[in-house]
Parts: sequence; C-alpha cells; structure tokens
Amino acid sequence: MKTKTFLIFVIPSLVMMLVFIAVPLGISIVQSFQNTQNVLIKKEQKKCDPFGCQKVISTIPLLDEMGKPVTKTKWVGWENYKTLLEPDRVSQAFSEEGGGFSELLGIDFYKAFRFTITFTLLTLPMVIIVGLILALAVNSIHRRYRGPVIFITLLPFVITPVIGALSIKWLFIGDGILTATIEAMTNSDIAVFSNPLAVEALVLFFRVWHTAPFVFVILYAGLQTLNFDSLEAAIIDGASRWERLRYIIVPHIMPLIVFVSLIHLMDAYRVFDEIIGFGAEAHVMSLQWLTFDFLMPDDTGNRSIGRASASAMLTMVGIIILLIPVLRRTWKEQR
Amino acid sequence: MDNNQLYKLSPQLHVLTWIVVITWMVIAAFPLFWMATMSFKLPLDAFDANALTVIFGPNTKSMIGGISIVGVLVALGFGYLFLKAHLQRESIINYFVTSFGSVPKFLVILILYIVLMIAALITFFMVVPGISSLFNMILGGIPLLNLLVEPFIGMTTQHYEAVWIENEFYKQFINTIVVTTGVVSISLTVATLAAYGIARTRSNLAFWLLIMALCFRALPYSTLVTGYLAPFIEYGLYGKRFGVVIVLVAINQPFTIWMLRSFFMNIPPELDEAALVDGCNRLQAFWKVIMPVMWPGVITTGLFSFLLAYNDYMVAMLLLDGDARTMVPAITQYFNRETTLTDQVEAIAAAASITAPIFVMVMFFQKQLVSGLTQGAVKG
Repeated sequence: MKTKTFLIFVIPSLVMMLVFIAVPLGISIVQSFQNTQNVLIKKEQKKCDPFGCQKVISTIPLLDEMGKPVTKTKWVGWENYKTLLEPDRVSQAFSEEGGGFSELLGIDFYKAFRFTITFTLLTLPMVIIVGLILALAVNSIHRRYRGPVIFITLLPFVITPVIGALSIKWLFIGDGILTATIEAMTNSDIAVFSNPLAVEALVLFFRVWHTAPFVFVILYAGLQTLNFDSLEAAIIDGASRWERLRYIIVPHIMPLIVFVSLIHLMDAYRVFDEIIGFGAEAHVMSLQWLTFDFLMPDDTGNRSIGRASASAMLTMVGIIILLIPVLRRTWKEQR
Repeated sequence: MDNNQLYKLSPQLHVLTWIVVITWMVIAAFPLFWMATMSFKLPLDAFDANALTVIFGPNTKSMIGGISIVGVLVALGFGYLFLKAHLQRESIINYFVTSFGSVPKFLVILILYIVLMIAALITFFMVVPGISSLFNMILGGIPLLNLLVEPFIGMTTQHYEAVWIENEFYKQFINTIVVTTGVVSISLTVATLAAYGIARTRSNLAFWLLIMALCFRALPYSTLVTGYLAPFIEYGLYGKRFGVVIVLVAINQPFTIWMLRSFFMNIPPELDEAALVDGCNRLQAFWKVIMPVMWPGVITTGLFSFLLAYNDYMVAMLLLDGDARTMVPAITQYFNRETTLTDQVEAIAAAASITAPIFVMVMFFQKQLVSGLTQGAVKG
C-alpha cells in the first residue's frame, strides 16, 4: 500500500487520538501547575430572625452576567504536587520522633499509592494461577460440557464491574448471607465492612473473580494449539503429569502469559470501579479514586482540578515506570 | 496414541477436575444468582440471615403473594421455548435474512435481539402471571388441586416497577442506549479504516502508531477525564451525552485498533490484490471485497466497545449530571441518599436490570466474545 493511501485510511483515527487523547493529556499537565478558584466577594447581608436583625458578612462566589461563577487561574508551580506529596509531613514521619511508615500511610496519596501497587502486584500471580488451573480443568472435561461452563465463566468478566462488586457486597453487608453463614460456623459476631483488612481482601477477591475468566479464555485457546507430538514423546519418555505441565505446556503458553500479564498490569493499576462498588473508600483508596475524588464537586460545588491533575500526572508516571520493562520486551520482539 | 488417550485422566484427577470446575461455577454465578433472587423479595426476606428465607420468601408470600407450582411450570415452559429458540437461532436468523434480502445481516440480528428482549419481558412479567391467575381461578376452589395454585415461593415485582416507573429509570436506560450506540458506531468506523491501513502497509509509521496506541491503552482514564473536565465546563459540553461519547471513543480507540488489526491480518492480502488487479481502487477494494468477509471481526470488536461504554462508571459520573446520567452511575444515587431497606432492594432490582442485557448478550455472542479475546493474544 502506498504511503499516501495509508495516510488516508489512518488520518481520521490519528487525528482523533491526537485531539482527544494527546491534547487532554497536555491540558492535564498544564493544569497540574495551575490553580483555578472561584473569585469570592464579601457581601453584607441583613439577616432577620424573631429577635431582631443583624448584619452578616458572607463570602459568595462572584457571578458574571450569564450567572456562571467567575474563576481566576494562576500559576502555582509545584504547589499542587506539594499538597499531594506533603514533603514536610514525610520528613516529619521519618525523623527521630516520627511514626515511620504508619504515619506516612496516613497521608492520602501514599495510602492510595500503597494500595494500588500492592493490589496490582498481588492480583497478578493470583489471576494467572486461577486462570491457568481453570484452563487446564476445562480442557480436560468432555467437549459437551465446555460450552455451558465457558458461558458461566464469562459472566463475571463481562458484567459491569461496579455491579459485580455490589453483588458481592450484598452477600456480606450487614447480615448478608455469607456473613451470617460465617457467623454461624464460627459462633462469632463479625462486621466485614468495618474491618480494613477484610475490605481489602474483598477488593482483591473481586479482581480475581472479575479477571480470571479473561486469563482462562486466553490460556484455554493457547492449550488448543498445543503440539500433541511433543506431549506424546514426553509420555513415552515417562514424564509425569507435573513434568509435562512444567516443561511442555507452560513454556508453550508462556507468550500468552506475558501478554495477559501486560494487560493485567495496565488494568489492575487503574483499579477504581470496585472501590465505588464496595464503598471501600474509607479503608482503601486507589490512585484513580483519589483523582476522581478531587474532580467530584465538594460541598460548595468546587472541583479541585489543579490537584486532580497533579494526582493524575503522578498516576501516569507510576504506570510508565511499571510498564517500562514489559514495553522494552515488546519493542525488541516487534523490531 | 490418540488425543483422547493423551488426556485420559486418572479417576482421582477426574474427580478433582470436576470439583475445580463446579466450585468455580458456583463462585462465578452465585453472587449474580443471589442478586436476582433478592430483587424479587420484600426487604424483610431479602436481607434475612437464613438462606431458605431469602429463596422462598415467606413474608413476601404472606403479604404480597408469589408464584405457585403451576406458575413455576408455566414459567419453565416459556423458558424452555426461549431456550429452544436460542438453540435454533442460526436457522431463525437465516430465515429472516433471506426474507428481507436487502437488509444487512447484523441489522436483522439486532432487531431480532431487541424483539426477543421485549418478548421475554412481556412473557415473564405479564403473560406468566396472567396464565397462573387464570389457573388460580379454575383450580382455586377444588380441594387438593388448589395446592397446585397456592403460592409456594414468595415473589414480587414491585421493586422493578418502582425502579422503572416511579424512579424513571427508563430515562437512564435511554441515555445508556444513546451513549453506547454513539460510542460503538463512531469508534468502529474510525478504527476499521485505521486498522485496515495498518494491517496492509509495510510503512514504519504503522509500527509507531501501534506503539502509540499501546501506550494510550495504558493511560489511566482519570488522566484523560481531568483534561476534559475544565474545557467541557467552559464550552458547555458538560452534561451533554455527546461529550461522554467523545471521551469513551478516545479511550476505546487504541484497543479497537489493535483488535481489528489482528482480524484484518487474518484476511489474506491476495484478496485485496485480486480486487486491485480487477480495477478497484483501495477504498473500493476495502469496501466491496474486504468488508463483507470482515463483518464477524467488526461485530466482535463492536461487542467489546459496547461493553466498555455500557460498563463505564467514571466518565459518565464526572461528565454528566442529573437526568443525563447513564444507568451505572445512576445506581449509586440509591446509596447516597438516606437509605431505607426498600431503597436497598430497589437498588438490587436496578442492578439486576442493568445486568440482564449483558446476560442475554453473552448467551447470543459467546462465540464472538471468546474469539475476540483470543484474537489479540494469539495473533499478537
């Protein structure tokens, strides 16, 4: 295909990615060094109650002719990043009389960072192991049963994540059916959603429940392309089932495992929906949730866009660092 | 040695395999099954600690009524009919495709799908209760036989009615339809062109485009939304469904390009070359020769675009408000206000309503979903 024809085909998408991905990215970077606030004015108001009138001075946002609040944007340098990272409190935490890591984790950003990273790295081996076990199991049951099994298996993957998390939450909340069962078995009184560790475990569980089907489908497809000759040779050579798995099957599907890991790293790092679904923000928060929270209007209707941008930038830096090793690998393979 | 022998399991391993499969199926399906069960009960039953109370709903039965053995049989009968239709779907689809010759196949499938959904809703919410009350009138007075028509599982659809009629959930449903249709059609059109170009060129630019797309694929959505929010508020796109469509298309674009590219790679380039020799230009070759064999790939990619748009929470929550919200963000409104137990069950009913279309979709498109997932991975 000539380059010119190629360009004709690609240009709509290219323009779209530049305008709708690269530009907002640029805007985010700029915003992270800015602070936008409503211009506030002091207004004297007369407030009257049965005991007489008094003058009250209140600050209200200045409105323009259209009734929209007037905003003022100013450059603040690294101010937004500082309010997020709180270098003073960090050095305080690690000074002589500081509380160390536990004090560090009291700061929202570090709390979110700690959770996002542990979440990503802990769920990765879990989804791969569960997915692999499922793929091996389904691969060895009779062909007739595979269709319905795959149907049920796909459900947790395609279902809306927020709803999926809610459906699991409803099993545990209050006297939910599973809480009640556990209580009856252990004869104790438990409240799952007031226990930070339990909430975190549930969030992890949800991700495995949600992603294992995806890993399963891909590894299962990989198992279909397995070369029977080498398996047969291995059996003749007296390789045990475990040895066949270890030396033939796993190496064969290794590229798929790498692929799945790459996708999972990207997706798990974006952990957000389950925090909304479980309502877990009091105990665990993720980096995306932090940005989201800054962007939601607060009680006075203000959105801290500057701080959200700074947090979004830091989130992005995190995923870049996490993916560099994997991307370099793909790079070498594709070239 | 044949394949069967190769995979022959020892009896212990055979049992273990089935234990693994069945355990997983229970874990996978139970939360959804339970959600569906709870949505039909009064709060008193739905949140009971005893599983049997939740399933049989004695309080619901005594206060509202429920479904009788005859009712269950009627419902099962209709369920069987629907299943039968589902298994025969190929021939049904072919019948309609041939009788409306000029209409594209995917449109026929889409229309059939919508008709079936409406038919299922009418059947299970109106026809089945109607028939069972008819039986009730006939058999109610006869001793012994009336046991058949006495309700034995407590059941109520009042929460669904509350959600869809009183709380006007259909508005959110329409928003979701508008957003998903927009996202699917725009992102497929743009990405199909690009993916075809990338799959058929040796230019270095294609490689860079793919790498760029991969990097964009890794971007956290919050980074993008943060960039959009201020300009959207400034230029009046905030609260418009079209704005959400743009953002979701942008988020979706890298993924769609990768997936469609691997589908195009499967179509032998000789096909286009033949068309070019026969005097087509590139666009004609693309449209008249490649697209007809590409529909399965487009449908599969469209399914994933649909899922992304349908399942999105963050973008719609941040860029829409009030009545413009789509279904998923709207459901959180049940938790933010002072919640009574009835509100909770209504939330469950809303959640079940959101899940039902996806459930049906997996039923119909299981093969396409699986092929889409494996496509990108196996072909790279």
